[in-house]
Amino acid sequence: MSPMQTLTQRLANPTRFMAFSGAILPWMAVASALLIAYAMYLVFFVAPPDYQQGETVKIMYIHVPSAWLALGGYAIIALSSFGLLVFRHPLADVSAKAAAPIGAAFTLAALITGALWGKPMWGTYWVWDARLTSMLMLFFLYLGLIALRSSLEDEALASKLTAVLALVGVSILPIIKFSVDWWNTLHQPSTGFTSSVDASMRTPLLISAAGFLLLFIALHLKAMQNEIMRRRVKAMRVAEVERGDRLMSAGAE
Amino acid sequence: MDLGPHAAFIWASYGAFVLILALLVGWIWLDGRRQARALADADRRGGRRRSSGAAEGSP
Repeated sequence: MSPMQTLTQRLANPTRFMAFSGAILPWMAVASALLIAYAMYLVFFVAPPDYQQGETVKIMYIHVPSAWLALGGYAIIALSSFGLLVFRHPLADVSAKAAAPIGAAFTLAALITGALWGKPMWGTYWVWDARLTSMLMLFFLYLGLIALRSSLEDEALASKLTAVLALVGVSILPIIKFSVDWWNTLHQPSTGFTSSVDASMRTPLLISAAGFLLLFIALHLKAMQNEIMRRRVKAMRVAEVERGDRLMSAGAE
Repeated sequence: MDLGPHAAFIWASYGAFVLILALLVGWIWLDGRRQARALADADRRGGRRRSSGAAEGSP
């Protein structure tokens, strides 16, 4: 193996990826659980109430990481799709497929916690403003990717079509990010990646985000392992059927 | 712990969040067990991939 090979090149071999991910997954899961537990301790026993929002600011500690991971999950899918279409990386499609339900779950979490935060603060669960609507579109985009892939029998074709749709859909990410700057929204403007949040709330927020990021990565690795195993089983079954066909045709001759 | 007049919204948010994550983690974990069992069954039947030996790298 050339020392110039990047980590992604070295992990391009699924067998090597299974060994690598299997080794780091338990550590990542434990680190994620510890960070989340510590973040929740800070949230419920240390972090002060907001001077305007009171205790409802506690919703921020799950809503903001969910929204970040909703966008991050889609970025992973877009990068993986690019890797599949341009470099034909063997694990790119596995990564894109595995990330979709996880990203969709975090998007749904961001939408629900946002609605439950909005009602006491804005007086409504939902408004069709640019930020909320674009997040809802992201959720539908995730569902579209999952539905498109599962509706096609031919896996190679499904991979390519899903990758194209994912790359077209990546335009939603800057729209979501800058929607609060470009349009008048009920949703608050950007905090500049928490720079305008007081340190007493920023620390638990960043620890919570780090914990859920590790959870996202752990789930993604596990879902990729599952997909690799599923493809291996499928390949073995196809090979088994082909062997049976060959034996039958040899017997007929 | 007093979470003020909007406690119900805070607990509902955390409840929904935990439920979504629990379903996601449970689904991925169960899928992993199912695939591992299917792979072990296929191995036991002596299954071999077409690619085995030729290209170990294919998923």
